[in-house]
Amino acid sequence: MSALTTTWRRLFWPQASGGVPVGVFVAILAALVIIAIFAPLIAPYNPDSQNLMGRLKPPGTEARGTYYLLGSDELGRDLLSRVIYGARVSLSVAFLSVVLSGAVGITLGMLAGYRGGWVEMVVMRLVDIFLSIPAILLAIIMVSVLGPGFANVVLVLALTRWPRYARVAYGQTLAVSNQPYVRLAKAMGAGPLRVLFLHILPNILAPLAVVATLEFGLMVLFEAGLSFLGLGVQPPTASWGAMLSVGRNYVSTAWWIATFPGLCLFLLVLSVNLIGDRLSAYLNPKSR
Amino acid sequence: MADAQTLEIRDLGIGVGQHSVVDGVDFSIGRGEIVALVGESGSGKSLTALAIMGLLSGSVHQTGGTATLEGEVLDLGNDAAMQKLRGTSLSMIFQEPVASLNPLLSVGAQVAESLIVHGRATRREAWDRAVEMLRDLGIPAPEQRARQLPSELSGGMCQRVMIASALIAAPRLLIADEPTTALDVTIQAQILDLMRRLRDETKTSVLIITHDMGVVASIADRVCVMYGGRIVEQAEVHALFAAPRHPYTKLLLATIPRLDGARKTELFSISGTVPDLSAWPEGCRFRTRCPLASDQCATRPPLGPVAGGEGHVTACWHSDRVEDLV
Repeated sequence: MSALTTTWRRLFWPQASGGVPVGVFVAILAALVIIAIFAPLIAPYNPDSQNLMGRLKPPGTEARGTYYLLGSDELGRDLLSRVIYGARVSLSVAFLSVVLSGAVGITLGMLAGYRGGWVEMVVMRLVDIFLSIPAILLAIIMVSVLGPGFANVVLVLALTRWPRYARVAYGQTLAVSNQPYVRLAKAMGAGPLRVLFLHILPNILAPLAVVATLEFGLMVLFEAGLSFLGLGVQPPTASWGAMLSVGRNYVSTAWWIATFPGLCLFLLVLSVNLIGDRLSAYLNPKSR
Repeated sequence: MADAQTLEIRDLGIGVGQHSVVDGVDFSIGRGEIVALVGESGSGKSLTALAIMGLLSGSVHQTGGTATLEGEVLDLGNDAAMQKLRGTSLSMIFQEPVASLNPLLSVGAQVAESLIVHGRATRREAWDRAVEMLRDLGIPAPEQRARQLPSELSGGMCQRVMIASALIAAPRLLIADEPTTALDVTIQAQILDLMRRLRDETKTSVLIITHDMGVVASIADRVCVMYGGRIVEQAEVHALFAAPRHPYTKLLLATIPRLDGARKTELFSISGTVPDLSAWPEGCRFRTRCPLASDQCATRPPLGPVAGGEGHVTACWHSDRVEDLV
């Protein structure tokens, strides 16, 4: 029991090095997730309803019965509501693309590490090729071909990001396949699928969780980048990246349009990355 | 005689890359018999065992020979076919009992593994039988123990767990690769007792691989001595200890320190080291280290019967002079 508490304390509390406890970032992330899930209940207004008489209102003003806590955008839409709905897009794109690329990458990486031979050759050379191309460039090209939209963005991010997981899963599988317990499982008659998914996968999950966390932050940025370029989720759906892109035009007259989505993006990516850092420090005994 | 054998190995050869590491190994194990495979590190005893399980991998491959289990030829190179036999007909336990168990899986689930893998029982039945098996092997409070992780058990208990998982599907042959090396002496004795009892109760044949002559003397019925990937001598255990007929066996036995031996003398050792894989001499592979070596030894000596010893075979041209060694 006490061992468990110290484990949790070590994970959530800063080391002797000092710093902000990682619990703060977990709380920020949790808050953003809750906001995204319950957006319709939390948002004061419909994020898409326009009010041309209330365009570009600064934070804290009221126009025609609508109170703009964070101001309004160029079409008089409530910025707070749009930021809240934007969290949905950022988090769901990041989550789905991490799950999809993780599933593909981990399966291929484990297969390459376990089977060896031509499977290893094909998969790992494919990984090398993918990793040699700048990911954002690859994503832009693929979206341009497939066309923008929520599903395509998820698909493209998954297709460009799986090699990261594959490489880690491959190395870890190589190390774990030589463990005596894998040999024993085979001696008990376990088939390749059982060995891979019951005996190897659980034992290599920790480093993969770190990769997934760091990738999650990156996926949020990729989605914002694609939306900023007009290649992501299409208007009128609220997306932080698209809001930044519009806000850029008004930055001298209506600073709030770009500021609030930017701030949210910053907080989300910072939290996720710091959680990932702490997780990797915690799981890597050498750095402890 | 032929139908009484549980396992028969004929002319087994194993190679690593271009090199031959196991060459022409012949032996058999009868029903309920415990056979020990003895030799120093690198003599090919563990590879022989893995080959019988069909678990050679990577650059290690079988180069020849056949194995039959109760008269049925084993297709050692066919992984799918061998997988069906692993756990049910053939089972194996290893040294390092703690590392041999999956650290994230409950002990009970690992004992039940082969029943579940081969669809011999439902999850629930398999679990109940695993608990029974643990109880049989003398693990106290097996219901609680079965739910624990390997890290919560001692090394000796982990070895019992591994034996339980190897025996739960009642295999015809159990291969034990240095099962007691990592354990302290009292636990060692318990594990050996346990294996002997299991053999008596279930008539399971056992192939035990070890370099510990004490283990051999206390558990084996018959011994195969391996050197350089070949069996150099094979005999019933008492005959081997009383009158070894291969110089290597004789010298190996002479290296064991004796309580009644002369004090303050240097312990005996065999001169030289095991040659590198690529540098095996022609003919008898022991001749570079053998005090009896002659020109004749450049021709490979056949594994032939020893005069007056039933089932005692040795591969030495000078077996009649071995007695006078040391």
